[in-house]
Amino acid sequence: MSALQTPERELPAALADSRGQGGRKVRNTIATVVMVLAFVIAVIPLVWILWTVIEKGASLLVDSTWWLNSQRGITPRIVGGGAYHAIVGTLLQALATAVIAVPLGIMSAILLVEYGASRIARVVSFTVDILSGLPSIVAALFIYAFWVTTLGFSRSGFAVSLSLVLLMVPVVVRSTEEMLKLVPNELREASYALGVPKWKTIVMIVLPTAFSGILTGVLLGLARIMGETAPLLILVGYSQSINMDLFSGNMAALPLMINNDRQQALEPAVERVWAAALTLVLIVLVLNIAGRAIARFSSLRK
Amino acid sequence: MAKRIDVKDLNVYYGSFKAVEDVSMTVEPRSVTAFIGPSGCGKSTFLRTLNRMHEVIPGGRVEGSVMLDDDDLYSSKMDPVNVRRTVGMVFQRPNPFPTMSIFDNVAAGMRLNGVRNKKVLTEAVEKSLRGANLWNEVKDRLDKPGAGLSGGQQQRLCIARAIAVQPQVLLMDEPCSALDPISTLAIEDLIGELKSSFTIVIVTHNMQQAARVSDKTAFFNLAATGKPGRLVEIDDTATIFSNPKQKATEDYISGRFG
Repeated sequence: MSALQTPERELPAALADSRGQGGRKVRNTIATVVMVLAFVIAVIPLVWILWTVIEKGASLLVDSTWWLNSQRGITPRIVGGGAYHAIVGTLLQALATAVIAVPLGIMSAILLVEYGASRIARVVSFTVDILSGLPSIVAALFIYAFWVTTLGFSRSGFAVSLSLVLLMVPVVVRSTEEMLKLVPNELREASYALGVPKWKTIVMIVLPTAFSGILTGVLLGLARIMGETAPLLILVGYSQSINMDLFSGNMAALPLMINNDRQQALEPAVERVWAAALTLVLIVLVLNIAGRAIARFSSLRK
Repeated sequence: MAKRIDVKDLNVYYGSFKAVEDVSMTVEPRSVTAFIGPSGCGKSTFLRTLNRMHEVIPGGRVEGSVMLDDDDLYSSKMDPVNVRRTVGMVFQRPNPFPTMSIFDNVAAGMRLNGVRNKKVLTEAVEKSLRGANLWNEVKDRLDKPGAGLSGGQQQRLCIARAIAVQPQVLLMDEPCSALDPISTLAIEDLIGELKSSFTIVIVTHNMQQAARVSDKTAFFNLAATGKPGRLVEIDDTATIFSNPKQKATEDYISGRFG
């Protein structure tokens, strides 16, 4: 009984004792200031980049010519032309990449999370770890050696997509994996208890529950690969004209256009560099907004 | 619609660990049987063997037999998926599917098993929701998310979802432990109504609940931590709570346990 009574007597004394409080408030304030500072320092370059790109690139973008015309017949000295060819190239290549990489990535993640602990799962997980650290130029060289040198296909937009697949798959696998792990096991059990087979549980219960997270991961992956430049430099030639054919001929893309115009030290070309950069940023932004909208409308409204 | 369960010499393992040892019991059709006992004594594990849900956990396996009328649940020809269609389950925490509306939650079992006919689904959903005493509360918002209901309503939604696939047996694993007393009362009343059409087995930590809802009570215990749990005795609920045969049961029920 005495053990129970002791705290009762000492509790008021402990509360009255405020020695520790002043020090704790100071430490709290310091920690808050440090964290806010860290945040500000991290954000400054981001805002700076965005501001520079907008300031230098916005003037060309307000003209519909930019969105509707290619650079065909435009030399670095001439003001004018648009980025239609590069926008189309970037979007087509990204689409082809996504069509291959998203199913591969999601299915690998399902294997890892839902059918984990097998030997295959360990191999897949290890491979994904290696792939996620793969420099883009190595991916490009590999596809060059495999697709162009060994199989004898010509350099093309599709070759670019193939190398981008290598870069996108690990992003999709890892993000999907995390999202699938977040789906409570109780939901799977609830489904099994209704006599639903495992594969149907995954397709009808687990994937829809994780859908918005998976979509975010896919968009992050897309954003990453749309800015990749090394595969473009190695696997396709730049074209100033529109080329809708992924499988043959030179094909523009926004990073290639930036790189191409950057090499000209003339004012009209430099302007186009910034405009193309801003266009790339905008496309990624629009993709993200679209993704969020889809995620919101696909889930039930409360 | 209800079937008898006959369990004979059942041992349950997780990998090499024996979780439950040597259980034999008979559960009569259209009755409520309650499992009581201290935490970790294997009553939930044993419950999950009755619809082969313990196999979902890696390493889970059993020895012995579970008969549902004349069907051996563990014969090599028996598909666990079919077992679970026959023996439904309600879990400790309400777990409606978060992406689905109230209607879709109840219809989920049928839809995922291939029922497409809109009229059949609508009728079955209403019947199940009425059966779970939830119809009047949700009939005007069937298209709203199931996760938006209160905890007690969610649990009744889960019961509606479980009975919608028309099982023979309904297993309930501490169905009221996450609910307030009013919702608990609602579920207990519901159990009393459901037993006219289903065989019900319920695990509970609440001995008053076992006394209130069940016809038979089984007491599980374990000799020590790390030892397998065993069935101490099973008898009519009135007998277990007034005049148990085993001293361990009496100690547990009177709160003198351990």
